[in-house]
Amino acid sequence: MNSNTGKSGDWEKRTRNKTVTLAIWTTLWVLSVALATYGHELFWGSNDLINVPVILLNFGIGIGMIIANIKHLREMDEMVQKIQLEAMGVSLGMAVVGGVSYTMLDATNVIPFDAEISGLIVLIALSYFISLLINLRRYK
Amino acid sequence: MKNRLKVLRAERDWTQADLASALDVSRQTVNAIENGKYDPSLPLAFKIARLFEKQIEEIFNDEE
Repeated sequence: MNSNTGKSGDWEKRTRNKTVTLAIWTTLWVLSVALATYGHELFWGSNDLINVPVILLNFGIGIGMIIANIKHLREMDEMVQKIQLEAMGVSLGMAVVGGVSYTMLDATNVIPFDAEISGLIVLIALSYFISLLINLRRYK
Repeated sequence: MKNRLKVLRAERDWTQADLASALDVSRQTVNAIENGKYDPSLPLAFKIARLFEKQIEEIFNDEE
């Protein structure tokens, strides 16, 4: 059930605000990933007094991004929520199935390189966006 | 499920955006309901009925 309860006309404004908030959290999270990754590689090396707080900061911002995403989803109307739910279901399934297959390819040395998490993230993102586009077309 | 949303909206000279704003949904959702691609939830169907001051069965028809 849709939880939209505000006055008519406010909904678009609220949705836009939630989208902007999510974009800010996502940008901060990406920047914190870059800081943790490149800061370690280029500046402070294996200094755990810096690495641990930076990774904790990245984790904390990630939690904030998840909460912002949940609030953003709750503000959407019921059809868009349904489209998002189906896209997330597909991407979660692909993450589990694809992740296990990818790991087995590595464990059995079928692929000549290590199975990296980045490959799985690309698979999740692609399956999410393809599913989203298909569902958006279906309800057009 | 068939519905008379497009007719009722046209009678009032409302755009899809006007109706979407009144219902707190996106214009795409109004379009999908009008074209029979998406069936609204019961709360949204009641909201539509209240807006047009009609009974739900006067707007929606589950016969193919």
